[in-house]
Amino acid sequence: MNGQAVIELDRLGFSYGEAPVLEEVSLRVLAGEFIGVVGPNAGGKSTLLKLILGLLQPATGKIRVFGRAPSRARWEIGYVPQYPTFQRDFPISVEQTVLMGRLARHGLFGRYRREDMRAAERAMERTEVRELAGRQINTLSGGQLQRVLLARALACEPRMLILDEPTANIDQRLECDIFDLLKGFNRSMSILVVSHDIGFISRYVDRVACLNRTLICHKTEAIDGQTISELYGSDVRMVAHQHF
Amino acid sequence: MAFLQAVIEHGFLQHALIGGVLASIGCGIVGSYVVVRRIGFLAGGISHSVLGGMGAALYFGVEPLSGAVAAALLSALLIGWVSLRWREHEDTLIGALWAVGMAVGILFISRTPGYNVNLMSYLFGNILMVPERELWVMAAMDLLVVAAVVLFYRPFQAVAFDEEFARLRGVPVTGFYLLLLCMVALTVVLLIQVVGLILVIALLTLPAAIAAQYVHTLGRMMGLATLLGILFTVSGLALSYEPDLPAGATIILVAGLAYLLSTVGRGVWRGRRARLGTQGVRDG
Repeated sequence: MNGQAVIELDRLGFSYGEAPVLEEVSLRVLAGEFIGVVGPNAGGKSTLLKLILGLLQPATGKIRVFGRAPSRARWEIGYVPQYPTFQRDFPISVEQTVLMGRLARHGLFGRYRREDMRAAERAMERTEVRELAGRQINTLSGGQLQRVLLARALACEPRMLILDEPTANIDQRLECDIFDLLKGFNRSMSILVVSHDIGFISRYVDRVACLNRTLICHKTEAIDGQTISELYGSDVRMVAHQHF
Repeated sequence: MAFLQAVIEHGFLQHALIGGVLASIGCGIVGSYVVVRRIGFLAGGISHSVLGGMGAALYFGVEPLSGAVAAALLSALLIGWVSLRWREHEDTLIGALWAVGMAVGILFISRTPGYNVNLMSYLFGNILMVPERELWVMAAMDLLVVAAVVLFYRPFQAVAFDEEFARLRGVPVTGFYLLLLCMVALTVVLLIQVVGLILVIALLTLPAAIAAQYVHTLGRMMGLATLLGILFTVSGLALSYEPDLPAGATIILVAGLAYLLSTVGRGVWRGRRARLGTQGVRDG
């Protein structure tokens, strides 16, 4: 399956009102690839994900996901949002949350099927949260919740995983655990992960796309201080300024 | 006891009790969604806009209940459409519908010939005057709400829990959200019979909010909220009967008191358990 493009972005542009958020963004993500998208806050990372998932429409340019329009391909994508995107006190168990990955798979009527239950169990095993199945989501730690959301995405049986800052709210040790899991999943699916931490993710990903309104790609071995300061240029100057 | 005797003797009290139970079913089910989705203000807007529909119906000589249903559904769809498209304007629109609906209602009622209109019973409910025909309408509305929830429990849960994820999984989120708001609208109309449109919010949210403190799935929350709703309406009715207090207001006060006691009680119990827990660690 390698060599085939799973995501193709061609000179993509998007703006909320006047200010352009993305300009001339072109990118090909190949099947089996593990790609990281990094960049400063408000650099357009979340917007790019929403475009790929078909939740927003591009102003200019073209998007193809598995060779189709994003809204027709997104059911083959397992999406892990930047937590929290829902009320933590919602009365729902871990198992029911993971089962949401099976929604609409066999229509919307009635109950989940046995194969849905099995897919959810497998997903919980793969992210090591099987023993939490009966727990309420509001009793979970940040790291546990992140694994549950990852299980929910795996329950979709996706061809590709897309994760938005999956480790923004958990500590460094757990961050490594999550990325070790992802590295394992990468054997059977493509992964795109958004992060603000270029130093950390470059240990795991094949390629880094640096996004600050427009996009520059690097092989991981080519990342150095020069790249980082180009990307975060204004931030670095701002920090230096404060020391005077 | 005197209340029990009166129930056996008087048909209107039996109607009131049945009306209370029917309203509690809708309020338990839909109230649970309102509480977990945090759309209490939205439900308030719908319920107040209903007066506009009732007033217009009276003026044109139509059954007020059908005016209420029409106004409730219309404002539910309008608010739903705006909140999905322009979320930043949702708050303003709800406030506007809330007040404008009431103003329209009051204007129509003031222009309606005759003095047969009892504005107070719309505002504060009149459970003792529910005619049998309206009980059938309430039962039909309950049936609609129950059928929708049984058929579509999963997508409703998904839309209430995580709209974005539901959309990504191919759930028609817009349709289900609007359907949910229509169910809120129907339930509001159901409850107006019992407690009136001003007090609706309390009966819609308090039983579900209490239930959420004790059970941890949406389905059980609906069941417990329904039972609590029945408990509050029946006991409120009983308490109000002998001293001849307004039934709707008494029901709401019973519900409010139960919510207060439950919340404080749980706080005290949790605090004690936490203290005992730390003591156990110290002793061990």
